Amino acid sequence: MANTTNVDAFVEFERVQKSYDGENLVVKDLNLSMPKGEFLTMLGPSGSGKTTCLMMLAGFETATHGDIRLDGVSINNIPPHKRGIGMVFQNYALFPHMTVAENLSFPLEVRKMSRSDREAKIKRALDMVQMGDFAGRRPTQLSGGQQQRIALSRALVFEPELVLMDEPLGALDKQLRETLQFEITKLAHDLGITVVYVTHDQTEALTMSDRVAVFDDGRIQQLAPPDKLYEEPENSFVAQFIGENNTLEGIVKEIKNGVALVELDGGEIIDAKPVNVSSAGERTRVSIRPERVEYNKDRLSDDAHTLNAEVLEFVYMGDIFRTRLRVAGTDDFIIKTRNAPDVERLTPGQHIEIGWLPQDCRALDA
Amino acid sequence: MAADGTTLKSSLNRALRRQKLRALALIAPLLIFVLVTFIAPIADMLFRSVENQIVSETLPRTTAMLKDWDGDSGEIPSPETFEALYKDMFVAKERKLHTRLGSRLNYELTGVSSLFRKSGRKIEDMGEVYQDQFEDLDKFWKDSENWNALMGSADWLAAQNAWDPRSEAIQPAFEPNEQIAGILPETSATFQTFADFVQNEDEKNLAKQDPWALVYSALYNDLSAGADVSGYNGPGSAALKAAMAAVGDFETVDYPASFQEIDKDWHDIDVWQTIQTYSPDFTSGYFLNAVDMKKSPDGAEMRPENEQLYIKLFIRTLFMSLVITGSCILLGYPVGWILANLPARTANLLMILVLLPFWTSLLVRTSAWKVMLQQQGVINDTLVWLGVVADDSRLALINNQTGTIIAMTHILLPFMILPLYSVMKTIPPSYLRAAKSLGATNWTAFWRVYFPQSVPGIGAGSILVFILSIGYYITPELVGGTTGTFISNRIAYHISSSLNWGLAAALGAILLAVVLGLYWAYDRIVGIDNVKLGG
Repeated sequence: MANTTNVDAFVEFERVQKSYDGENLVVKDLNLSMPKGEFLTMLGPSGSGKTTCLMMLAGFETATHGDIRLDGVSINNIPPHKRGIGMVFQNYALFPHMTVAENLSFPLEVRKMSRSDREAKIKRALDMVQMGDFAGRRPTQLSGGQQQRIALSRALVFEPELVLMDEPLGALDKQLRETLQFEITKLAHDLGITVVYVTHDQTEALTMSDRVAVFDDGRIQQLAPPDKLYEEPENSFVAQFIGENNTLEGIVKEIKNGVALVELDGGEIIDAKPVNVSSAGERTRVSIRPERVEYNKDRLSDDAHTLNAEVLEFVYMGDIFRTRLRVAGTDDFIIKTRNAPDVERLTPGQHIEIGWLPQDCRALDA
Repeated sequence: MAADGTTLKSSLNRALRRQKLRALALIAPLLIFVLVTFIAPIADMLFRSVENQIVSETLPRTTAMLKDWDGDSGEIPSPETFEALYKDMFVAKERKLHTRLGSRLNYELTGVSSLFRKSGRKIEDMGEVYQDQFEDLDKFWKDSENWNALMGSADWLAAQNAWDPRSEAIQPAFEPNEQIAGILPETSATFQTFADFVQNEDEKNLAKQDPWALVYSALYNDLSAGADVSGYNGPGSAALKAAMAAVGDFETVDYPASFQEIDKDWHDIDVWQTIQTYSPDFTSGYFLNAVDMKKSPDGAEMRPENEQLYIKLFIRTLFMSLVITGSCILLGYPVGWILANLPARTANLLMILVLLPFWTSLLVRTSAWKVMLQQQGVINDTLVWLGVVADDSRLALINNQTGTIIAMTHILLPFMILPLYSVMKTIPPSYLRAAKSLGATNWTAFWRVYFPQSVPGIGAGSILVFILSIGYYITPELVGGTTGTFISNRIAYHISSSLNWGLAAALGAILLAVVLGLYWAYDRIVGIDNVKLGG
């Protein structure tokens, strides 16, 4: 297998499979390699296998097939406590019968560290998350956000090189989540640690990660940096899953000069960028982001194909306008426009023409 | 202040009152049920541990006389006391209460029971001395009709004569002749007692019942004390006056000597001291007895070594309950762990197996242990067959402490497993995972993270098992033999065999106090908040 081993890889999954019942694979042929210092997020709906992957990496589940390597060493047979991987749990898993300081001291004690070393490290770890004053408290006396900070500093206090986070912010309210997202990212980059982060919240994945692995059905559907993932989804699952997305179905009529001509089921013709289609006659789903749809004719090229649309609903959302249209037989075609002085506010019942740049509209698998 | 000017507190109270009343109404049926069937019997039983009215009720005159008697003088009580004893004993004998008192006092001094029974049999003869002399003097005294005419009021007499014994009508209650009551107070009072007894307790026709010999003694007492019969002209005045003239020459009864004739123990200071010590209505005697002490004229003192029993039993009960609780923890903890960590379906199936013993009769289970544990039983046979023990040195597993501990551990195990399971169920597996990810070995993770969180379950299970076992009865009774019985077996013995309910109540009260004391200590040391039955 040496041929597939990446020299720079710090964490590597190679052809990993996992089955719980011996019949169904929860993880199907997982290949993943990440360099040191990367912040990688595993994103996917529940049951997609992302948490199982994390648990296999942490050592709480065994892979039924394949190899997991950490820093070039296979860790399949190393028990969790010898892997030296820090972990933050969804429900924090702070030991309720110990104070904050005792919680942080625990990983140091089992490593037989001297008392003075322990105290210094605990203090540094608590200061790192601005919780220095809470050393004597019990976890139950802390708020959710504070508990999460403690859980984070406990996972970092023994200075692991790899930290796993299993939906650590899932139980927090939106505002706190955003603050902590930022703090975790900053901390990870400052300390230079490698992070594998599991979440089902795509905003979290996009804002925090260096790369995002989108999981579905036990496979990585796409592994890419956030901007690429959002703007260039490689298949319709990723396009649907990441961000808001409009989908139209049709058949490829022809492909030339890197532009595919797609005939929608209602007979309309549109331009799209061929991604997963290679020849005329294939069925396809075209995907277009709401904010890339244009109804101001001045901004469209003269030869662009346009579609007729009827405004069904107009929602004022402050920074943007969100408009629902009836287009090519669907009632939930969404467009988003920035709230700017020169933008026309649409009214329900109004008929407009919409279009887009061919590269913004991606023809994906059906 | 609330909007209308009343204080916030009072308007809140008013708002809550309806709720409180409704809550009270909802629990009222249960409350009443518990009061009637649980609290009241317990209170009654506890009261019995100090109640001692039987002595003063059965021997009212004697205990009154004994108040001034000083037992340390070495003198037996005065002849008057013996006379009072005669009167009390006579009435008690008629009411058949003397043996009950005998048994009661026998708890304190061995031999009193037979002394009372013997005295009861012979007490009749003692009074007949006067009866015979009166009857010899005049046939008048032989006839119950004459006695009624003499002692009863005219109205009552008429009613009594009109009463048809065969009818459903109630026998007219005896009313004393007030003139006679003035002249012969003791006789009248004694006859009243006699009449009440015949009419109410014996339910016989007073007209057909000859008076007790005691009545003749009373008559002698009244007459010899110089009763003024000269003014009396009613029925039987002639006989009465003749008797008055004759009593001076009557042969008298020497009560102390007569009692000594019945049994020389009546001249034993100990007997009288025991009666005197236990004459108050309330006594600490049962409690002293329950802790191997006894009352003596000098206060409480330890019983002789060979009579000491209860302290040893209490200690044994506590010790064995601790051992049973300990073995329940050892056996139950792993089971609770497995149950809590298995998938729900499997866990439920195993749970049924844990609960299965609950649906089997306790008696059946205990009897099964008899079959298993006896010398020729299944376990010994298996061990011999395996060659672990020799055939001639089979293990004694039953009718001793081992048997009780084995059987009771089995029977009480579910009470340990259930709280352990429900507490362990609430400990998320992520704690163990967190500990391991932080570098703890399986054992460290268990011991430092999991175990401390399961302590509330251990606490709850231990309290349940310990308190249940400390008062357990059936199992030790069946498999405990002599060395494996508990204090509760002794209590049951006093309730149903020796009928010493006072001692049983005192032992029970001490047991209750010990349990409450341990509960308090547990609360102080571990904290009752740390006891969880689940959630």
